[in-house]
Amino acid sequence: MGLDFTVVPEYFGVLLLGMGWTIAITIGAGLLSFFGGIVFAVIALYGHWVIRLPFRLFAWLFMGTPLLLQLFLIYFGLIQIGIDLPAFVAGVIGLGLHFAVYNSELIQASILAVDKGQYEGARTLGLSRVQTLRRIVIPQAVHAVIPPMGNNMIALLKDSALVSVIGVAELTLAAQQAISRTYRPFEFYIAAAACYYVVNLCLEAGLRRLERRIAASR
Amino acid sequence: MDIDLILRVYPFFIEAAYVTVQLSVLTCLLGLACGALGAAARLSRLAPIRWIAAAYVSLFRGTPALIQIFLLYFGGPQIGIQLDSFSAGVIALGVNIGAYMTETIRGAIVSVDKGQSEASRTLGMSRWQTMRKVILPQAARLMIRPLGVNINALIKGTALVAPISVIELTYTAQRFIGSTYKPFEMFLIAGILYMIIIYVAGHGIKWLDRRAQIT
Repeated sequence: MGLDFTVVPEYFGVLLLGMGWTIAITIGAGLLSFFGGIVFAVIALYGHWVIRLPFRLFAWLFMGTPLLLQLFLIYFGLIQIGIDLPAFVAGVIGLGLHFAVYNSELIQASILAVDKGQYEGARTLGLSRVQTLRRIVIPQAVHAVIPPMGNNMIALLKDSALVSVIGVAELTLAAQQAISRTYRPFEFYIAAAACYYVVNLCLEAGLRRLERRIAASR
Repeated sequence: MDIDLILRVYPFFIEAAYVTVQLSVLTCLLGLACGALGAAARLSRLAPIRWIAAAYVSLFRGTPALIQIFLLYFGGPQIGIQLDSFSAGVIALGVNIGAYMTETIRGAIVSVDKGQSEASRTLGMSRWQTMRKVILPQAARLMIRPLGVNINALIKGTALVAPISVIELTYTAQRFIGSTYKPFEMFLIAGILYMIIIYVAGHGIKWLDRRAQIT
């Protein structure tokens, strides 16, 4: 069977819809991983050890096992304890928590990299611990953390393909649906790859702009 | 926690872990080969070769590995490439991680001090001699640690061949979740085995790194 890309335009709408879901998952999981990463980092750095210890275990588990296995656990596993999540929600939570752990490591490193004198100075000037963190330490840490966190967002976009396996109708599954009707896997996987590539390029361009703006505001 | 069940199914997981190890080792070797070739091409004096290598890195890093696996396994037969799922998995994952390794290796080579290469050229060494005797030995030391990060990602990435039915750890866990409805137990066994594999690989890399720093 030769290649025939003329079948692709017919399913343009299906792919576009899938791309919409891919973007929605990436934004949802991206936000969760961003705010989750901050919360996890604060717990890891300043939490009481009773909270910190189970958190370390959780982070260690999430970083040492494949994302796909984690998605299976959240989607099929939580049913065992009575939590039946829609595939989309399970996908956002799985991806979001996975990348939150990675973001948390980055945020911890960048907070620790802020000069200790800054912290001491702020405390001496009468700022509370929370004020010091919020006004002095975190704004400085943010600068260092944007580029590596951008890399995590790009990884998240690509890993969002994994939620096709639990049945979320995103780009990869949309391509599979088109394939099951046309028997043209090569053409549609190339088309899907092209869509991912375009979204990826846009995301990279956006991140570069963000980095430049933050660098300029220093 | 169903201990009886765990004791009953763990031999299947041990076998699956062996497949995961095989996948990891073969993928790593292919990835290193692609990475070395890619880095050489990225540093080539011929612009078209540099462009091809840059396109390779950009395309393989810019699209999901899962799509690349599906494209080769399901799409390959359409262009006359018929592979079993294990080989398709190794080739797709190896070429994918090779794109990341290309940048890692290139980064290490580029970060060797420029004076080193200028000095050896001045001493009358050829470009190739300079690379082989002066630059590469130093770059090798610098690249072990970042390559270790790639290898860690690669081991977890082998889970991606589960959807094309390679009977490795994730596929086995998925299959037993389907037949036993005990996801937490299955996750526990598979997760522990993944962590053992990653731990051993990580220690191998650390050992290599220590040795490289001494000599």
